[in-house]
Amino acid sequence: MKNNKKTSPWKSIKVGLLSLLAMIIFAYGFQITKVDLEELRSENRQQSLVRVTRALAQPEIFEYEQVEEIVNYPIYVPCLSDGSQASASERSASEPYIVITPACANPGEIIQVEGFNFAPLTVGPIRFIPGNDPSNVVSLGRVNAETDSDGHFIVDMEIPDRTSDDAQFIRATLRRNIGAPRFSKTAYDTWNKIVETVFLALLATVFGTFLAIPLSFIAARNLMKTVKSPLTSISLSVLGWPLGILLGFVAVRGVGNFSAAIGSNVLVNLAGIIVSPALAWVGLRWALPQEEITRPSQNMRFARLGVILLVVLVSFYGLFQLANLAMSIGQTLEAVLGSFSFLGYFLFQVGDIVAIITPALGGLAAGGALSSILGRLGQIGSEKLPGSTIKTLNLILTTMAGVTVMGLLGRLVEWLYEIGEPMYTLWGPVAVGAIAGLLLATLTKPKESLPIGMVIYSITRTFLNALRSVEALVMAIVFVIAVGIGPFAGVMALGLHTIVSLAKLYSEQVESILSGPLEAIEATGANRLQTIIYAVIPQIVPPYISYTMYRWDINVRMSTIIGFVGGGGIGFLLQQNINLLNYRAASAQMLAIAIVVASMDYISSVLREKAI
Amino acid sequence: MLQIKNLTKIYDGGVKALDNVSFEVPDGQFLAVIGLSGSGKSTLLRCINRLIEPTAGQILWNGEDITAASQEEMRRIRRKIGMVFQHFNLVHRSKVITNVLAGRLGYVNPAWSLLNRFPKEDVEKAIKQLQRVGIAEKAYQRADELSGGQQQRVGIARALMQDPKMVLADEPVASLDPVLAHSIMSHLEDINKNDGVSVLCSLHFLDLVHRYADRVVALNEGRLVFEGLPKDIDDNKFKEIYGRDAERVG
Repeated sequence: MKNNKKTSPWKSIKVGLLSLLAMIIFAYGFQITKVDLEELRSENRQQSLVRVTRALAQPEIFEYEQVEEIVNYPIYVPCLSDGSQASASERSASEPYIVITPACANPGEIIQVEGFNFAPLTVGPIRFIPGNDPSNVVSLGRVNAETDSDGHFIVDMEIPDRTSDDAQFIRATLRRNIGAPRFSKTAYDTWNKIVETVFLALLATVFGTFLAIPLSFIAARNLMKTVKSPLTSISLSVLGWPLGILLGFVAVRGVGNFSAAIGSNVLVNLAGIIVSPALAWVGLRWALPQEEITRPSQNMRFARLGVILLVVLVSFYGLFQLANLAMSIGQTLEAVLGSFSFLGYFLFQVGDIVAIITPALGGLAAGGALSSILGRLGQIGSEKLPGSTIKTLNLILTTMAGVTVMGLLGRLVEWLYEIGEPMYTLWGPVAVGAIAGLLLATLTKPKESLPIGMVIYSITRTFLNALRSVEALVMAIVFVIAVGIGPFAGVMALGLHTIVSLAKLYSEQVESILSGPLEAIEATGANRLQTIIYAVIPQIVPPYISYTMYRWDINVRMSTIIGFVGGGGIGFLLQQNINLLNYRAASAQMLAIAIVVASMDYISSVLREKAI
Repeated sequence: MLQIKNLTKIYDGGVKALDNVSFEVPDGQFLAVIGLSGSGKSTLLRCINRLIEPTAGQILWNGEDITAASQEEMRRIRRKIGMVFQHFNLVHRSKVITNVLAGRLGYVNPAWSLLNRFPKEDVEKAIKQLQRVGIAEKAYQRADELSGGQQQRVGIARALMQDPKMVLADEPVASLDPVLAHSIMSHLEDINKNDGVSVLCSLHFLDLVHRYADRVVALNEGRLVFEGLPKDIDDNKFKEIYGRDAERVG
C-alpha cells in the first residue's frame, strides 16, 4: 500500500502530548493509591507477613491429643552475694531434667539451658517464671526448644529484667502429639458453615431464576416492540391492576378465613386437597375446551368466565388447605423424625410460606386477569365503537388512569418520606396525573395503537439496571436489617441480585433468537402466549441453563463473603477469625472456600456440557 | 376468492416495498409470484396474513376484509392460511411432531398450550400429515437433525395441520437442490389439486413456474408488471420483469 500522507510535525507533537498526559494521570494514580514500596522493606511488616503467611500455610484442620512434659529449674536473679546456688529437687536419672549454665545470672545476661531425657522430637517453649512459686502461670521471655532423637536439647536464653531475693524458675514445657489426627473444632465449624454457604447459593439461584424468567420476556426488545394497544385498552389495563389486586386480595383472604373457619383437622385438609383440584379440573375442562372451531355465543363466554372464577377460588381454597396440611404434618414429623427433623421443618415452613403468600398471589393474579380482561374490552371497544365515542371514553378513562397512577405514587412518596402534606403527596400528583391523562387523550388519535410494549420495556430495563448496579453485599446490609442476621438475609440479597442480573442476561438471549420460527408460529394463528411457549422458549433453553449455572457459580462465590455483613455463610466465620488474628483457622476457611468454588466450577462446566 | 386492492407498503425507513398492487386469485388456483430479490414478493405474501401491516389498500378474502380484522378475528383468519418459508422456520430444538402440531395453535385454547397439551386427535392428525409428506418415521427426532428437504416437508405438514384454505409459500425451494425442489413443489401441487387449496408461491426459476403454476404475477420494485399465464412470459416480458440486462438461464 502506498503511504501518501506525510508525517506531519503536529502529529508527533500530539502523540508526545498524549503520552505526557498519560504519564501525569498515571503518576497521580500512584499518589492517590499510595503506592509505597518502602512499606514492604520495613522489618516489622516483613516479620508479621512471615508470621501470617506461615499461619495461613498451616490450616487448622487436624488436631492431636497432646502430652506435656513440664520441668522447672530454680535460678537466682541476680546471683546471691554468698554465692549459694538454688538446688532442684532430686530426680532419678531416667526422668527428664534441665541444667542451666551459669546457675545464676543478672538481668540481660545470656544463659544456656540444656535438657535431657525428654521424649524425642518434641517441641515447646522455655520460659522464665517470675516469683517464688513454680506453678505460677505468668511467664516472661520465650525461646522455642526442640529435642533431638535422644530427647536432648540445648538453647540460649536472655534473662528478663525481674530481680528477686528468692529463687525464680526456668520452665521447659515440651509437648508431643499422640494418637491419630482428628478433625479440629475449627474444621467442624468450617464444614457446617460451608454447607450453609452452598445451600444459601442454591436457594438464591433457584429463587432468582424463577422470577427472572418472566421478567426477561418483558425486558426483551424484540418481543415487546410488537406490543401495541389503543389508548382505551391501555387506560383500562392500568385501572384494572390496582382494582384487581384489591379485589383479589380481599377475595382470597375471604377464602382463607373460610378455610380457617372449617378447621385445621388433618382429615378436613386432606379432603379439601383432594376435592378442590378435582372440582377445579372438571370446571377447567368444561370452561376451556381444547379446540374450538366455531365462535361461542356471548352468554356461553360469560358462563365460562364465571366458572373459571369459581375454579380459581376453589383452587385457592385448596392451596390454603394444602398449607394447613403441610404445617400440621411438618409439625408432627419434626417431633418424630429425629435427625431427619429438617424434613418436617421444611414442610412446616413451606406450608407457612404458602399461607402467607397466597393472598398476595391471589391479588396479583386477579390484578393481571382483570387488567387483561379490561384491556381486551378496550381493544374490542376501540375497534367497534365510533371514533367520537372512543374519544370521550379515552378522555374519561385516561384521566382516571393518570389519577390512579399518580395517586398511588404519591402514597409511596408519603410512606417513604413522611411529608404529611396532602398538597404535595395527594392533590398535587393527582392533579398532575389528571392533566397528563387529559393531554394524552386529547393528543392521540382515538383508534391509534400506541407502542405500550416499548414503554414497559424501557421501564423494566431502567429498573433492572438500577437494581443491578447495587452490589449484593450492599443489598445484604438492607436485608440484615429487614430479617435479621443470618443466612436468610443472604438468600434474600443474593436472590434479588440474581433476579435482576439474570433477567438482563436472559433478555439479551431472547433478543438474539431466530425470528423465523417466531414468524412461522405467529402465522399459524397462535396468540402471543403460544408464540412465546412454542417459538421462544425452545430456543432459549440452552442459554438459560448455561447462564443459570454461571450465576450459581457467582452465587457460591458471593455467598462466601456475604457473611462479612451478617448475611450468613462461611464469611461470618472467616471475618471473625481474621479479626481475632486467628490466621490458622481463617486459613482453614479459605481452603474450604477454594475447594468449594473450584469444585462448583468443575461441576457446573460438566453439567453445562451435558445440558447443551 | 382473494382480492388484493391497491396494496401499498412503505417501511419505516421510507422504502416502498409494494406500490399500489392489485390482483385477484380465484379459489383453488396455483399462483406463482415472480420477480427479482427485493422486488416485494415476500412483503406481498406477508401482508396477506398480516405478518406485515400494509400501509394502505385492502385485502378481501371471500368477502372478509383482512386488513380491517381485529386481533381475535385475525387469529381465525390466519389459522386458515398455511405458510411455508424459504428457510423452513422450524423450531430446531423441538421434535418434528411438536413442530407439526404447532400448526394447530390457532385452534387450541391458549390455556392448554401453557401445559404443552394438544388433543389426541391432533396428534393422530399430525402423524397422518407426516405420512402424507413421507417422513412419518422422523416424527420423534429433533427438527435440526433433518436434512433441508425433510425440514421443508415438515414445514408443509405444519401448514397442512391448519386445514388451510390457502397456502402462502415464500420461495419454498430456493434453499434446496433441483431434485428436492421438484419433490417439494409436487407436494404443494398435490395440496392444490387434490384438496382444492389456493397456493400463492413465490419462485425464482421459470421452469418451475411453467411446470406448476396456473397463473403468474410479476413484481418489479413493488409494482405489478405482469399478470397472466406462464406461457405468456416471452423474452420481452422477461426483460420487463427482470430488467434489461437479465438473461434467461432456466
